[in-house]
Amino acid sequence: MSKKSITLKANGAEHNVIVEPRLLLVHLIREVLNLTGTHIGCDTSNCGACTILLNGKSVKSCTLFAVQANGKEITTIEGLAQGGQLHPLQEGFKECHGLQCGFCTPGMIMRSCELLANNPDPTEEEIRWGISGNLCRCTGYNNIVKAVQYAANKMKGEAVTA
Amino acid sequence: MIAQSFDYESPGTIAEAISLLQKYGDEAKILSGGHSLIPMMKLRFARPGYVIDINNIPGLSYIKEEDGYLKIGALTRESEIEHSGLLKSKYPIFGDVSKLIADPSVRNMGTIGGNLAHGDAANDHPAAMLALRAEIVATGEGDQQRVIPIDEFFQGFFATALKPDEILTEIRIPIPPEGSGGAYHKLERKVGDYATAGVAVQLMLDYGVCTYIGIGLTNVSALPLRASRSEEILLGKTLTDDLINESAQYASEDCSPSTDLRGSEEYKRAMVKELLIRMVHRAMDRAVAE
Ligand SMILES: Cc1cc2nc3c(=O)[nH]c(=O)nc-3n(C[C@H](O)[C@H](O)[C@H](O)COP(=O)(O)OP(=O)(O)OC[C@H]3O[C@@H](n4cnc5c(N)ncnc54)[C@H](O)[C@@H]3O)c2cc1C
Ligand code: FES
Ligand code: FES
Repeated sequence: MSKKSITLKANGAEHNVIVEPRLLLVHLIREVLNLTGTHIGCDTSNCGACTILLNGKSVKSCTLFAVQANGKEITTIEGLAQGGQLHPLQEGFKECHGLQCGFCTPGMIMRSCELLANNPDPTEEEIRWGISGNLCRCTGYNNIVKAVQYAANKMKGEAVTA
Repeated sequence: MIAQSFDYESPGTIAEAISLLQKYGDEAKILSGGHSLIPMMKLRFARPGYVIDINNIPGLSYIKEEDGYLKIGALTRESEIEHSGLLKSKYPIFGDVSKLIADPSVRNMGTIGGNLAHGDAANDHPAAMLALRAEIVATGEGDQQRVIPIDEFFQGFFATALKPDEILTEIRIPIPPEGSGGAYHKLERKVGDYATAGVAVQLMLDYGVCTYIGIGLTNVSALPLRASRSEEILLGKTLTDDLINESAQYASEDCSPSTDLRGSEEYKRAMVKELLIRMVHRAMDRAVAE
């Protein structure tokens, strides 16, 4: 089976790698690019722990082959903070106690990134639908919803309270 | 979980993709959204030697009205269907369906063409396509197009009328006349679950008389099922509660669900009946509101 040479941008940095076609995107991210913030939970497309952005859209990276990202741009949790400054979503999760063990958090945040990009002012129901493909075993979701609302407010330039 | 090794091709044209299908025959699989294929490959239920990714072929993603048809390109993602202005305003049944398919990240990848080509009675688009009497456009050698009526498309367990060297390229739906409305709902245990039961209804009312009716059922038989007796009893009649009840009773008798973790056979039949009643009412409301 022939290997493929692919080029992709990860968090702004260009990479050229040679991969087996069956290599999953999440394995490329974790084991080749060493970006271990992206987690593997279920490995069956259900939990969302592996969620990243592919050309700005949230996808479950355990359900793509790395070759499908050829010529594309991916963003992982490591790509959010800029100049030592947390992204509003990261700040929201921190301030609102949006995590306990933190396993689901990178996926939750990446999914919420696309949600807020499409809908800067989501209702609570829209947030809950928006993260419905991301499972959290710890928090009971209420504080995650608050964290997303915190980030939405912050990104709109409004005053924020946890 | 790691799939069995395979060779990966990503042709830039349909003609190239078809010639690869011809070259590799049974060993090849088309990759669209990959959200049925890749899970099956990881579990090694599917072990293709060649994966032919059609995502780099331009022109397969669109939603438009043309020549009396609503036309949807095979590579159109669920999320595009869910958020399409045209579909929201004129064909809300599509929003009903897409919103209940998996979750937002899966919908960013999954395509309508893949959803139908997969030939799974648990998938949600087939029932709606039966209700709308869609036509499937398959493209084969020499860019030849073949139009397959939806009633001939689903042929068995994961089997469709597509030939091994054909690609599903478009879904066509005759634009419903004024006074039409449609609705879909599926009962699911949680987001991302396949249907316990699902019912799609498309109808047209002319001064209260039902002049078109299509009813499709999800995941209550081996193939996506048209509820023929339920349709026949409604066609040409004023839709009274008694008549709708009788129609729903027929569907609950004519499907053949099996008892599983999602519920007993009896429960699923009861849900088909209830969902059918509700979807007829929702479709009637939408037909009037149009
Ligand atoms: C967690 C999860 C939950 C899900 N829940 C639901 C649900 O509730 N309801 C639902 O309907 N679906 C559900 N799905 C399935 C999802 O909608 C898939 O995306 C869809 O079934 C297949 O579309 P695809 O584009 O991903 O196709 P792929 O996975 O790429 O392909 C599926 C099959 O069709 C063939 N194929 C694909 N495109 C073509 C084409 N154009 N021409 C010829 N053959 C083709 C492939 O070779 C393959 O055999 C779920 C999936 C996941 C991962
Ligand atoms: S690890 Fe990808 S969805 Fe759970
Ligand atoms: S914080 Fe533990 S799974 Fe969400």
